[in-house]
Amino acid sequence: MSTLILSDTPRRVLTIRRVSAGWTGYVFVLPALAVFAAFVLYPLWQTVWLSFYSWDGLTARRWIGLANYRALFTDPTLRSAFLHSAILVIFISLVPIALGLLLAAVLSYRKIRGLTFFRTVLFLPQVLPLVVVGVIWDWLYQPNGPINSLLSDIGLGFIARAWLGDFTWALPSVGIVGTWVTYGFAMVLFISGVQKIPSTLYDAARVDGAGPVREFFAVTLPGLRSEMTVAFTLTVIAALRTFDVIYVTTLGGPGTSTTVPSLKIYQMAFEYNQIGAAAAVSVALAVIIVVVTFAIIRRGDRGDA
Amino acid sequence: MIARLRGNTNYVILSFFAVVALYPLIGSAFVALSPQGSVTSGIFPWPSHFTFSNFSAAWHQASLGGALANSAVVAIAVTVAATVLSTLAGYAFGTLKLPAGRVVFYLFLTGLIMPYESMIIPLYFDMRRLNLVDSYWSLILPETALYLAFGIFWMRAFFQSIPSELLEAARIDGASNVTILRRVLVPIARPAISTMTVLFFVFSWNEFLLPLVMLSSSAKQTATLALGVFQGQYNTNVSLQTAAALSVAIPVIVIYVLFQRQFIRGMLSGSLTG
Repeated sequence: MSTLILSDTPRRVLTIRRVSAGWTGYVFVLPALAVFAAFVLYPLWQTVWLSFYSWDGLTARRWIGLANYRALFTDPTLRSAFLHSAILVIFISLVPIALGLLLAAVLSYRKIRGLTFFRTVLFLPQVLPLVVVGVIWDWLYQPNGPINSLLSDIGLGFIARAWLGDFTWALPSVGIVGTWVTYGFAMVLFISGVQKIPSTLYDAARVDGAGPVREFFAVTLPGLRSEMTVAFTLTVIAALRTFDVIYVTTLGGPGTSTTVPSLKIYQMAFEYNQIGAAAAVSVALAVIIVVVTFAIIRRGDRGDA
Repeated sequence: MIARLRGNTNYVILSFFAVVALYPLIGSAFVALSPQGSVTSGIFPWPSHFTFSNFSAAWHQASLGGALANSAVVAIAVTVAATVLSTLAGYAFGTLKLPAGRVVFYLFLTGLIMPYESMIIPLYFDMRRLNLVDSYWSLILPETALYLAFGIFWMRAFFQSIPSELLEAARIDGASNVTILRRVLVPIARPAISTMTVLFFVFSWNEFLLPLVMLSSSAKQTATLALGVFQGQYNTNVSLQTAAALSVAIPVIVIYVLFQRQFIRGMLSGSLTG
């Protein structure tokens, strides 16, 4: 379920003189390591191993080498599942981060009264179970639901439709649900980041005659570098892992217009008994997540130097 | 003048995004509290009169009472186990010099970015072999294991930030590691630990894919799973759907409002998402 980012750790000088405990120190680590090895590391390894087999879960496994991986490139439904998650990255990562930066630019270097209230409210969607989010948005998108009502109230009734049942619009509609979940997170993150930027930098920019736009690019944006790394990593991972909302709203449909890798993994492994093939999708998804995460963290670090 | 204008603009913008964040919850609460069948369309579905009948119907039809209890049992067990294990390991990584400690620490960190999707398949077959499918254990063990990655990272950072004089003083007094941890460090670490426990509880509560795969009998269903199944069966009845959804969300919302400071701090600096 969860993911986290390390780049934000302060690079403090270690003041603790650590006591050398030798191997006995592992007494403290061993319980955690045992659980972690048994239920995270070992299954990860098994996933890789299974991905080289053809297996229906009942009969004997058959070694088929890289054939499951070849399907990632040749099977059109798998290809489109990965393409869909790339589109979801726009909605769940890029749009919320853009909104968060916009707000940070407007609010930068200003005291906001009642900030705790706004922070609490904006962050709330991020905390809710995603299944709940899916059910609530399913109601919002109903043909006679609030979104279509709003559209007809403002004279746009002609674009109202059954959003989640529309081949073209279902994926963006699901994406907007993701935007709703993460934009407050990005805003709260950036607002707290902006307040850590020394006000002298803004004063200096103003003395130099910088307008709001210059100020944003010269002071605010560079000052938010580590927050940007955190925001990108978390939201991109969340986008690539999208499952719960799709499971309760569209189940990948209509047709395959909202299938995503996680849904394919679940369906292939537990509905169609294509376990080896599903494992290959799992490995591909994990590799993409690892590569993207490291790329984002590397970029963030390089800027720090 | 301009400053005031700008100040007001700030509030207009903030309020707009706050309304967008709250509207789906408040609107669906109106629908859930309206009498069955009376729901009109419109963006402000104010109930003709308030009733809890949808909640009782949804609780009955989706067996939500038992499901909420199941979620609580699992979440509490995971929280306790992951908190204890993370604190112990975080202490060792943060204050002791371990052979190959860095390597082992980084090994744990892989759990931070690894999604369940990449281990759920063998996990299911492993649990089946252990005869644990459709039991609380099939959720408690994997969730504890995965959350440990965050917990260890979080507690190690905390223990590293403790002034070394404190540890040295305790060691000179001849206190053993266990005593130092219990008597000196855990009391200081209470804020860090409480943030971590709140996050663990909510992560576990919100989990969906894992129960979906592991649980088959309705008696063991967690709240999120019961809601997902219910949505599949009655997805035309928005009154019942929203009532069920809010029932599952309310415990999380209450915890969030009570502990929002810890929550936001934990999620911004440790930064997890469910």
